[in-house]
Parts: sequence; structure tokens; C-alpha cells
Amino acid sequence: MTIHLILNGKKLEAEVAPDTLLLDFVREQGCASVKRGCETSNCGLCTVFLEDKPVLSCSVPAARADGKHVTTLEGLQEEAAEFSAFIADQGAEQCGFCNPGFVMNALALFRENPFPTEEEIREYLAGNLCRCSGYEGQLRGILAFLEWKKTKEKEAQS
Amino acid sequence: MNTVNKPVRKKDAMQVLTGQPVYTDDIAPADCLIVKLLRSPHANAMIRSIRTDTALKVPGIEAVFTWEDVPQDGPRFTQAGQTYPEPSPRDRLLLDRHVRFVGDPVAIVAGKDEACVDRALKMIKVDYEVLEPLLDFRKAKDNPILVHPEDNWEALCPVGADNKRNLCAHDECSGGDIEEVLSHCDVIIDRTYHTKACQQAMMETFRTFCTIDTYGRLNVVSSTQIVFHCRRIIANALGIPKSKVRVSKPRIGGGFGAKQTSVCEMYPAFVTWKTKKPSKIIFSREESLSASSPRHEMELHVRLGATKDGIIHGIDLYTLSNTGAYGEHGPTTVGLTGHKSIPLYGKAEAFRFTSDVVYTNVMSAGAYRGYGATQGLFAVESAVNELADRLHMDPIALREMNIVKEGQIMPAYYNQENTSCALDRCLARVKEMIHWDEKYPVRDMGNGKVRSVGMGMAMQGSGISAVDVGSATLQLGDEGLYMLSIGAADMGTGCDTILAQIAAEVLECSVDQISVFGADTDASPYDSGSYASSTTYVTGKAVEKCALRLREQICTLASVLLHCSPDDVQFQGDSLSAPDGQTVSLTEVVTASQCGSDIPLAATEKHTSPISPPPFMVGAAELEIDLNTGETKVIEFAAVVDCGTPVNPNLARVQAEGGILQGIGMALTENIRYSSKGKLWENSLMQYKIPTRQDIGHIRVEFESSYEKTGPFGAKSIGEVVINTPLPAIADAIYHATGTRFCELPITPEQIAMAAQNNK
Repeated sequence: MTIHLILNGKKLEAEVAPDTLLLDFVREQGCASVKRGCETSNCGLCTVFLEDKPVLSCSVPAARADGKHVTTLEGLQEEAAEFSAFIADQGAEQCGFCNPGFVMNALALFRENPFPTEEEIREYLAGNLCRCSGYEGQLRGILAFLEWKKTKEKEAQS
Repeated sequence: MNTVNKPVRKKDAMQVLTGQPVYTDDIAPADCLIVKLLRSPHANAMIRSIRTDTALKVPGIEAVFTWEDVPQDGPRFTQAGQTYPEPSPRDRLLLDRHVRFVGDPVAIVAGKDEACVDRALKMIKVDYEVLEPLLDFRKAKDNPILVHPEDNWEALCPVGADNKRNLCAHDECSGGDIEEVLSHCDVIIDRTYHTKACQQAMMETFRTFCTIDTYGRLNVVSSTQIVFHCRRIIANALGIPKSKVRVSKPRIGGGFGAKQTSVCEMYPAFVTWKTKKPSKIIFSREESLSASSPRHEMELHVRLGATKDGIIHGIDLYTLSNTGAYGEHGPTTVGLTGHKSIPLYGKAEAFRFTSDVVYTNVMSAGAYRGYGATQGLFAVESAVNELADRLHMDPIALREMNIVKEGQIMPAYYNQENTSCALDRCLARVKEMIHWDEKYPVRDMGNGKVRSVGMGMAMQGSGISAVDVGSATLQLGDEGLYMLSIGAADMGTGCDTILAQIAAEVLECSVDQISVFGADTDASPYDSGSYASSTTYVTGKAVEKCALRLREQICTLASVLLHCSPDDVQFQGDSLSAPDGQTVSLTEVVTASQCGSDIPLAATEKHTSPISPPPFMVGAAELEIDLNTGETKVIEFAAVVDCGTPVNPNLARVQAEGGILQGIGMALTENIRYSSKGKLWENSLMQYKIPTRQDIGHIRVEFESSYEKTGPFGAKSIGEVVINTPLPAIADAIYHATGTRFCELPITPEQIAMAAQNNK
């Protein structure tokens, strides 16, 4: 079947099988940031935005993206780098394999809730597994980023 | 120090954080054949016949291989990544007519896409002669059911293995007269502990792609910790010369020891070697959980004797280890259960450590962070915690009286001297961090919940003494860029960065001035690989030596330009100067080396260590337990590590935090259960519950550093020791909350709730 979508801001027409998953489709389109860590929607590694909302691309047929906007980390490089620097400053990226999904979902969190509490962070990102970091360094990085953002916004206001 | 002991960013941090294509599957050629395995549904069976003709007719299928394509009487191999001669028995064939666990490969299928391969897998007809499986490891030794009855089974090392007794290894060692010492003790703690075959569960599953290179050699790109061992394993599996194989690794999405075993490489290697076409295999999570290389399940019987004053006089440990269907890392992991737990207690006059490692018809075990020390420390530290309660002593105070001190000889650690040790300071600091005196042992929160604390100590090694080899090559190039080549594998641990920090310290430059390349069997200097907590200590020392030698060579070349003796050249990083005040820049030296020069600006150095200095650690857990439901959460875990000099405090801290959470998972949620026919139940991340960020309060890590003079800038290892303390700490905290001592992990909410009810 033919689908039309906007992937990272670019119009695209593609032939997909009915059972093609969005995850495999975007990887075929060169979006290698999108990773698969399980087959049971447990790990969060494959998080992409569908109409600007985070979804697990392993659980969405590519056909469902027909007529919609799909965004992967490839389309959010600047925003990702700004936030990720704070994770890097903790050394919390470690193996890095879960990072794209984690960064995507963190960006979605910040868009929905610009200054989340620690509890809100844990809850929103609960579906993003990481086996390396123990999450503590990720949390430190997020809190440092929010502090920086707060200062930046204050400076902009004054 | 300018760069060592500084929290510099990981060199690859921004690349991996922004999702650049740097992992195996991201860089695999688009035209790779897809390789998948048909796996045995039976725990023990002989293949009577196998028909592949229909499968081969599926459009797109390139090849189907079965045991008929593999000489059954040829030499066997092991997938364990270990220095030759491998202590793990050679007990595998690429495809074996005798399948030995649910998931053992039966056929290799290669085709142009997943769809056709999946179809073909269903069309292979196998007639099995189903045999009775041996599933209980307590009954394995001398059982009439033999997991490896075959005559071409082979043990290269004298590890006490005997396939006709289901023995993968047996060992006994002792110091002093243990029975005599125990007979004079006032208290004997006599307990048996049980730990399961927990999974590394790194986020990137096993994966490999292969091509044939310009020279007709097999080019293997794999997510592996052990490129050099992997080359040998593939050559052995395929029965081809090692010189025909090249192995390299890109970024690795986590390993934790799982990728110290060549779990998947030989299958695409075989396909590409036979078809001469590129191929790749990507293990599903289910395969990664059910046919891989998890921790060895163990049963540990401890007899620990002390006098009333709290002095521990003797430790007797018997460990029974379940290696599963194949012997990967079986003979070696078990050794750590005793050798890395007993030496913590410096006043013991006698010890005995006996072990059996047995074959059964479940998935083979392998290497997982902690490598046996985790299991041994759970047992010994739990016994010591019980001793403290029995003597009405504080477990920290009991440790303070008994711990091994710097300078002491450790009889149970191969009589090695304890060359660097801040264990006493670790104990003192953990006690402060968690406010032990206010919280020990348990506080009733008044809402059906209690908060309790527990603690444990740990040690590990730093590389395998007199075995592990680390190497480094450094070259100086344009603009003063140093190119560091290593054979060690950064699997997210950050070794590329910390090795660059060590080089930068010697060469008085920034970490950015050093590029790192690794690991590739054709281009890297030989390294045993990244395992056994060896990279910082062993390869790090090789890097230090290498940088020192290159520095000398730079001075030699500069002395020609400065018209003075090499000994008089002052090396200042960016520039070099002569006693007369003349200077020359590093860039000028490089330029001079590229024209009419015969002085190489390159050096290779190698390192091995006769000793393996242990890092030490103390951890304490505070749990909140709902006594009605059994719901248990670690609300705080405080830990202090002595890893010598932390080369990069940020990376060392995150290693510790991550290891601690893995240990917490092993203690509370990560279960392994088999059906009566040997099928694993926990075969997805839905059932195999690794902790999420909601399952943990805060993990706090600090360092109390000793200085290990044989390590690079005083460093020891960090990677493995960090997983060990949560197990005994959590089990003891649960005892303080419920009054029941759990000797088997994980301890589930159901068990905790029932214990609380029964002890009311």
C-alpha cells in the first residue's frame, strides 16, 4: 500500500506492506537513531513523535502514519543536542543505545510540562529503560538542564 | 594531575546522545542476507531427520544449513572469550545433531529479507527423538542422563572436568585446618544460599554482520567485548584458519559480560563464508533472554565460625554452579565465589573452598558483571550479617573488627598481598551517608509500612593476574593529534575516554588532542579484551607506558632540531625546549618527522600484571516495605567505592550507580523460572523485570580512594565490584523488617508479605 507522510519535515510517498511497523519503516528511511530493544513494548527505545506526541514505533503500523507528521531524533538535532549536553556532563549516556528514545521522550515531557518535578520526571519516563546508568545520572542531568533553562528564561525576562 | 581524576565528557557522548548511526545494525550493508536460527523446542533430543527442501523453495531463501553441513566428529569449540587455552571445555559444534536445551540451534536460515526467512523457518521439518532432560542441577553430578556423552568433548585445561559425570569443573583449595578452627568457635552460621541465572539484559541484543573483504577474508563486525578471542572462536567454529578472519567492533549497546561470549557471531560468519555474500544476524529480545550467556545459577553452602567477641575465625564454602548445556565460563566463574569473598575477612585462620560445576539441559551460562563474586558475596556477606544478629552486634561494627587491612597477605586470594585498601574508610563513610545509627535496624512508619536497613561489602579483581594482556599504540600526526589504537572494547563504559585521559596526562595535552581507535584484529595491538575488570588497570597501564615511550621519541626528534642531547630536551606538551632556551613546537616536530626523517613518532607497548589488586566497596540499603502487601522499594542506596584513583569520577560514579541498580534488580525483581520441560518463562522484558526509574529512590555513590602503585596513576578497577553489595544488603534489610532470612533471590513481594504475616 502507498502512504504519504511528512518525516522530519520532508514530504514522503512510500510503498509499505500492511504489517510494516513504523519502527522498521523509519529505519529504512535512514532514521537509524530509532532502536529496537524488545518486542513487547517495554523498553521505550523506539520512541518517535506521531503528530508531535511520543509513540512506541514498534507498536504502530507504518500505515497509521499515513497523512501524518512523524518526527525522529534526526529531525530534532538542535533541541536534542541542547538537552543532551547535560546528560553528557554526567557521563550518564553510557552505552548510548537507549539514549535516542530517552531523549525523544524527555523532549516530549518538556514540551508538555516545561518544569516537571522529580516525581513527574520519573513517571513520564518510566517506560524508557536503561540498563547502564541506574537512572540517577540521567535524573541529575535532567535537573541540571531544568535549572539552566530556568536561569535562561529569567535572564530573558529581565 | 591535569586530565586524570577529572570528570571529562565521554568522547563519543554527543554522537550517541543525538542518535548518530554508530552501532552494528546502523552500519550493516543494506544488501545483507538476513540470518535466523531454527531453535529446538526440546531440552534434550536427538535429531532423527531434518528436511529443508520445502524451506529452500521459499522465494528469496539463499541457504539453509543443518547438522548435516557440520562434521559431527570434528573438533568442538567453546564460545567463551578467554585466553588460550580456554579453561571452558570445548563442547560445542556449530550445529549439533544432539540438541541440549530449549533454544539450541537446529538450523541456520539465510534469505533476502525477514519475511522469507520467517516463512522458511516454519517449513523445516524436524523429527526429534525426545530424550529425558536433566533439569535439576542439584542432581546433575553422576546422573545417568549425560548432557555431553560424546567422545569429542574436550577440556584443554585441568579444571577437574569430566563429561561422563556431567562435571564441567571441580576444585578444592584450603588454608589452615578448617574443621579444627570451626570446632573452637562459639557460633557457627551454617546456611545454604541460592541465586538464579540472571540476565545482563543490555539494551542492544546480540548482533553481527559479515562480509568478504577485498582479499577474500571473512570480515566480521560485531557487538563484542573480545575481538581477538572472537576471531579464534569463529575460526574454530568454522574450521578455518584464524588468519582468514578479521573481527572489529563498532559502538556497543552494552555488554556487562554478555558479549564476552561469542553468542551469535558464528552463524552469519558461516553463512557469509559459504555463500560469499554479506549477512547479518540480530537476536530478538526473546533469543537474547533464552539462548545466550547469563549468570551461573548457584547454590552456596557457607559454614562460618566466630567467637563470642565477634572475631571470624574460619570460613568453609561449597559452591555448586549450574553451567547449563554448555560450559562457557563454568570453570572460572565459580572460583570467584570463594576467592573474592573469603579474603575480606582478614582474621580468619582457616578457610576451605570446594566447588563443582555441572552440566544441565538449560541455556548455557556465561559471564555477567561480578562473575561469581556476586553469588559468593551474597552468601558470605549474608552469613556475616546473620552472625552479627546472632551476637547482637551491629553488622558494621562487626566488619570493622574483621576486615582485611592494607599490607596483609590474603591466603584465599592466592596469597596475594593487599596492596591498596580503603575498606575501613568505605565502612565509616557509608555509615554516615545513610545515617545508619538512626535507622538500624528498622523503623515503624505507622502506616503499615516499615523502613529498614542492611549492608554488605564487596571486592573484585583488576584483570586476571599473569594472564590478561593490554596493549596500546600511539602515533603522533598532523597538528599534534595523537592517535591511540587499542584492542580493548568500550561498551559504553567509557574506556576510550579514560584511556585517552591517561595518555593525555603523560603527553601533557588535552583529551581532545587524542583520537581513539578500537577495536579491530587487523589494526589494533593485541588485547585480551574488555572483561574481568581489566581495561583501566591493565590496558590503562599499557597506555601509560606507551605514552611515556612516545614522549621519549618526540624528544629524540626534537633534539635534532634543537641541536642538543635528547636527555636535555624539556617536553612541555605543545612545545619542546633546549637548555639554551631555544624552543620548537610540537607541530614543527611532526612536520620535521614527515620529511627526510627516520625517527618514528609511534610506539606500541604491552602490559600484563602478576597481581590483580582488588577494588573494595561497601553498600547499604534503606528499604520501605509495606508489610501488608509485601511491596518493597529501595528508597536509598548509599555506597562507597575504593577503586584506587577514579580516572574519571563521573564515569566511575555512573558505573557504580548502574551496577548497583542491576544488583537491586537481582535481589528483588529479576527471576528465572523453567517449566517442567525446561522452557524458560521469563523470556521477554514483560516478564524479566529489570528495574525502571520508578522502582528506585536514590542511589548515592562516593569514593574513598586508596592508591594502587602498580596501576595507572593509582587506579584499580570499577566495572564489576559495583554489582555485588545490594544482594546481601537488601536481604538483610528484609530480615530486619520481617524477621525472616531469605537465602534465595529474588525475594518477591508475595514472599515478603507472607513472611510478615507468619511472623506477626
